[in-house]
Parts: sequence; structure tokens; C-alpha cells
Amino acid sequence: MTILVSVSGLSKTFTLHTQGGTEIDVFDSISLDVRAGECVCLHGPSGAGKSTLLRSLYANYKPDAGRIAVQHDGESIDLVSAEPWEVVDMRRRTIGYVSQFLRVIPRVSTLDIVAEPAIVNGVPSEAAYATGRTLLSRLRIPERLWSLAPATFSGGEQQRVNIARGFMVRYPVLLLDEPTASLDAANRQTVVELINEAKSRGAAIVGIFHDEEVREAVADRLFEVGQSLVRKPRRSTAAREAAA
Amino acid sequence: MKPRGREVLRVKRLFKTFGSVPACRAVSFSLRQGEVLGIVGESGSGKSTLLRCLAGRIQPDDGTVLIASDDYVVDLWAMDEASREQFVPTTVSLIHQNPRDGLRLEISAGGNIAEPLMAAGGRHYGSLRATALEWLEKVDIDGRRIDDLPEVFSGGMQQRLQIARGLATHPRLVLMDEPTGGLDVSVQAKLLDLLRSLVLELGIAVVVVTHDIGVARLLADRLMVMQRGRVIEEGLTDQVLDDPHHPYTQLLVSSVLHV
Repeated sequence: MTILVSVSGLSKTFTLHTQGGTEIDVFDSISLDVRAGECVCLHGPSGAGKSTLLRSLYANYKPDAGRIAVQHDGESIDLVSAEPWEVVDMRRRTIGYVSQFLRVIPRVSTLDIVAEPAIVNGVPSEAAYATGRTLLSRLRIPERLWSLAPATFSGGEQQRVNIARGFMVRYPVLLLDEPTASLDAANRQTVVELINEAKSRGAAIVGIFHDEEVREAVADRLFEVGQSLVRKPRRSTAAREAAA
Repeated sequence: MKPRGREVLRVKRLFKTFGSVPACRAVSFSLRQGEVLGIVGESGSGKSTLLRCLAGRIQPDDGTVLIASDDYVVDLWAMDEASREQFVPTTVSLIHQNPRDGLRLEISAGGNIAEPLMAAGGRHYGSLRATALEWLEKVDIDGRRIDDLPEVFSGGMQQRLQIARGLATHPRLVLMDEPTGGLDVSVQAKLLDLLRSLVLELGIAVVVVTHDIGVARLLADRLMVMQRGRVIEEGLTDQVLDDPHHPYTQLLVSSVLHV
């Protein structure tokens, strides 16, 4: 199958200037290929850097070295060196991301939040809202909540709104950060179905799934992410800090 | 939705000093149609001065501001004053923090929207009034208030009216200086939603100056962080805020209160 995401030599270090210049080497020289129709589960202990890797694949974090080649519009584009407007376009049409927490404009209704990714892709609003309603129903968000803003929803409800939003567009690449963390069994099952549907239409999926049952049901293979290394501040960083 | 892509604005090594205080030091960036660029930084970092250099209000000491028009590119500070005064109102719109600075308080709400349209050549009373009504509706102001003076509007309504006035002429470049600055938090949220949908619908290029990280996150695709007149960090908004590299940006982000 076609490789949709190809990571090579990816490294990431955080330098915490507000904490004495402490450096955290999260990962070093990671390489990973993800093919169409496959789901790769990032695996490793808490703090190993799974979320950092996932966020790097969305260009939310900036890696220090390496490449993330993503198939976008029939072209291979390196997400690490892409121009901001290219990244915006790739996120709009190619890379979907379901984060753990919903972050939206206050007071916007649930249905509007869910439908938005399709509307910015030019889907007529009638069709976008219809898809949004279907997803919200499948994820068991009661209809009486659709016109309300999700700020006051429970954690599980907010997560399901986030999932509905993430599955609005048939993204070729889908990144999932613990999509079932606070869901009950029935909703976990729905998310498993959504993921498997995405796989069968050829999406390349990278996810973090702590729930073993979910992992078994969706993941084709595990990708081990190692333990990150915390280093004391280097002299030069401390000196920079003092000078600032 | 309008296509994104064409470059609307290019700023090259802009400098401006007030006395001995540098406000802009070697600021360079470009902006495309449909893009929203946020500029954040503490008071006195030079962000408002930069905005005024782009709006044709303050002449920079050095550097270039290129603005693309339909089929030609204009060098804002190389043209003579008369040409600039003709070019700017039809191409660039500045939205002020205080709506009173951007509105004509002595003429009606409808007149406030129609006036810049007339300056751009609109003459037919009926169609001017129809456009004004259309814009009042877009910014969520009851059409029956068309003949009221903005003086009697609430702060949030005044700000929405200023936005309608600023956008009705379809400027290519919209500059916003703390557009949600003086408003209640609840009104802010509504205005943010309005601004976002207008930007999406019209495909305009926007530069928005704010000291509110939350506003920047929700409104801007890209972010520039300024400190003492310099751009110290830039990139996609979520990148800059979630993975800040510069010590000052890290301090700025870690100082935000979470409620």
C-alpha cells in the first residue's frame, strides 16, 4: 500500500527557559512509515514522548531535526520545513487530529463546531450539518445538546464532540490522541467502528490508545517510543538565561 | 469560500524610532489572502506602531511596505502623499480598539457603512441603503436601528458597526488593533466568532494586534511575537503557543491564567 506519512531522523528536545534552561531530549532520530489503510499505535510508558511525536506529526510541535513527508494533493511535502500557509492547507484537507481536549470559541453551538471542518473545505452547509448530525447521533450526544455550546458538557461528552469534529472530513491521514480515554463501553465501540471505517477507506492512522481492547481492535502494529532523557542546563543556556 | 493563496502584503526590514526609543526593528513578514496574522507582545513592544506603518498613518524610518492590488503591487511609502491617501481607503481598513475612533458618531449607523462606499464611488441611494442593511444583518445589528446614531449603541454594537464599516468596501487588507479590547468577556466571544466567520467568508488578509493570547489562539493562523521592536518568534499560532522556543515567548505563554 502507498506510504502516506514517512518520518525520518526525527529528533525533538525541549529547552525550558523558565525553569533554569532544563533540557528534555524527548526522542532522537525516529523513523516511521505509515501506509494507507493501516493504524499504527504509539506505545511506551507515560512520559516517553508519544504525544510529542503525535503533535509533531500535526506540526503542532517543531522538531529540531528530521523530516515528516506527507502525501498532500499527490505531492510529498515535508511538514517540518513547510511554510505556515502550506501547513494550514494540509491540516484543512489532509491531516486530521483528534486531541484529548476540546478547544473552541466560547458560545458556539456543538453542531456548528462539529460541522466547521467540512464547511471550510467547501462542503455546502446543508450536507455538512447532515453529516454532523449523523456523527453526533452515532456518538450518543443527545439532540437537545446540539444547539448548546459544549463548555458545560461532561468530559466524555466534550471528547465525543471532538471526535465527531475529527471525523467530519475524510482525511487521508488521521492522528488520534487517546480518543477513548473518558468514554463508556458503548461509545468506545462506536469510536472503534469509526476508526475501522476510516481504515477501510484507506486512511493512514497514527494513534495513542491506552485501552487494550481498543488497541487490539484497531491497531495493526505498535511503534515503541522510548523514555525521554532530562538533562541539567548546559552552561551556555544558563548564561543566555542570565543575560536575558 | 474564497481561495487562499495570493500574497497581499510584504513588509521588508521596517524600522521606526521615536526619539531614542526603537518601536520597530527590522520587521519583515508577508501575508496571503485568507490568512490571519496575530501580533502579540507586551505594551510598548512596537506592535501598534507596526500596524500604523501598514495603515499609511505613520511613516517608517526605513523599510518597505508592499501591498498587492488587483493587478499591480504598490510600494506604500514610496508613493506621493496624494496617491497614498487615495489608495489606502480603498485597499486597507484599520479597525480601532475604541470604536469611537473608527466611527462617525454624528451620522447614522447606515450612514457609517455607506460613507466609505460613497468615497469608493457608490452613488445610488437605494443600493447604498440595501448594502448597509445587509451589513447590519451580517454583524448582528437589528436593521431597524439603521437610522439611529451609534452614540446610543452599546460598546459591543459599536464595535460590530465599526467592523461593518471597515469591511463593506471589501478591502484587501484589514488591520485590527485589539478589536475585542474594551469589551465584556461574553461580548468578546461573540465578536470573535463573527470575525472568524467573516474572514472565512470574504477571504481577506488580516493583521490583528492583541495582548490577549486567547484571542490570538482563536483568531490567528499565524503568530508573531514582538519584544522591544523586534520579532523574536513566529510561526503557526498553535506551534508558537504550544511549543514556544524563545525565553520571552515561554514566559508569556506560562503567564496566562487558565480558568
